[in-house]
Amino acid sequence: MDWFSTITRTFFDFGAMAEVLPQLIGVGLLNTLIISVAATIIGVALGMVVAVMGISSSKWLRIPARIYTDLFRGLPAILTILLIGQGFARLSQSIFGPSPYPLGIIALALIASAYIGEIFRAGIQSVDKGQGEACRALGMSYAKSMRLVVVPQGIRRVLPALVNQFIAIVKDSSLVYFLGLLVGERELFRVGQDAAVLSGNLSPLVMAGVFYLVITVPLTHLVNYFDARFRTGRRRATPPTSGLKEVTELDAASPLITGSNT
Amino acid sequence: MSLTNNTSRRAAAATIETFHGSSLELKNLTMAYGDIEVLRNVNLTVAPGTTTCIIGPSGSGKSTLLRGVNRLHEPKSGDVLLAGESALKVNPDILRARIGMVFQHFNLFPDHTALENVALALWSVKGMPKAEARERARHRLAEVGLAERADHRPRDLSGGQQQRVAIARALAMEPEVMLFDEATSALDPELVKGVLNLMAGLAKRGMTMVVVTHEMGFARKVADQVVFMDEGEVVEAGTPAELFDNPKSERLRRFLSEVL
Repeated sequence: MDWFSTITRTFFDFGAMAEVLPQLIGVGLLNTLIISVAATIIGVALGMVVAVMGISSSKWLRIPARIYTDLFRGLPAILTILLIGQGFARLSQSIFGPSPYPLGIIALALIASAYIGEIFRAGIQSVDKGQGEACRALGMSYAKSMRLVVVPQGIRRVLPALVNQFIAIVKDSSLVYFLGLLVGERELFRVGQDAAVLSGNLSPLVMAGVFYLVITVPLTHLVNYFDARFRTGRRRATPPTSGLKEVTELDAASPLITGSNT
Repeated sequence: MSLTNNTSRRAAAATIETFHGSSLELKNLTMAYGDIEVLRNVNLTVAPGTTTCIIGPSGSGKSTLLRGVNRLHEPKSGDVLLAGESALKVNPDILRARIGMVFQHFNLFPDHTALENVALALWSVKGMPKAEARERARHRLAEVGLAERADHRPRDLSGGQQQRVAIARALAMEPEVMLFDEATSALDPELVKGVLNLMAGLAKRGMTMVVVTHEMGFARKVADQVVFMDEGEVVEAGTPAELFDNPKSERLRRFLSEVL
């Protein structure tokens, strides 16, 4: 029974959990969501630029996009966050003030954009070539055909992958604490950790973990649900139909068709 | 047809105008994919308002020829004259807006309704106000017998209906020339006739058409000129009667004996 009470006291000290709860909700959850959503929005915008550059026929666009992707995908997130967060701290101070948020968000967005760029690129390239050709044959420019037809189809296909990327950003947002956060700036992890130091056990961190799961698990299942919907489509099975229906319909149709029969 | 008392048919008839197709001329057209020449020195004259059917085995360069006309694939050498002017000297986007193309696999936009498929290029390329573009699109769909299906997405349409939407989409741009790339090859056998009749209707109304097809019956009945291609070259060209009833080359005789 001794080990059981040790575990309970270490991880499930409900008093300590209750104590940290208001801070986790009011400060931690809020800040985690602010960082994650901001990084995602910037990351999606940058990722789209990287993706469009990556499928360009010009190597002067393609090669920089490739290098960018390799760089930010290949480095550990913590290293990128520290390099950017500390390296540009003075510049950031003069523009945004003392908060480490802008640089933390930018670093997270840069990392995310490398992944999101690849997601978009795969999505856009999976769209049937005939779609772009049909646009071009109608007189649309390359840019217009991408913007109006090809890219929207590509994005729809990769929505599940994008949500997965958001989940990754939510988790990586905990790394921003390395840049030094004021009390009111702390995100979930930091709030939990500070409280853990005070309570002398890990229960507040467990509680912080619960909040991460509250964000990520429903999203994961939402993605799986939509992914299945996207795969199978919304179509219900239709009963067998007769080709004659359309043939007779055509016979009664417009004179542009029937005109040739007269 | 004029005696019908079907009002909807009469209403549709009133909206159908005759087309004013332009002439098309290929001069020593040579096209290549990388180092491989898939079309060699093709010469072809298509008079305004006439229909030219291109027949021949797969891989003979028929589709490539069409893609050279609207420069979906840039020709290597030679020239394409649309209404007497070199098509290679104008902006390809402006050129393509003057040339309609219909594909074997329709290539409709799956996330757009039939109406939006037809209207899209009207506002995005022609700069028409969206309401007007939709109105025009509705007319065009009615002409191809799909007024009732305007709000259906492509996946809810049969192959024949999809191809008729694709034809309406191309026609809405008021092209001077229509290119058909095996437009009926992917259709249910029962639905082929509807599309072919529609194409014959266009030919009758003065559209200039270049039709790549395996439908020999259509070529014989509708074409003013039939071109037989093999191995990237024009083997024989002439009237349907000349080619089908009196083929000069051994290669065409072999081809016809296999397909007819």
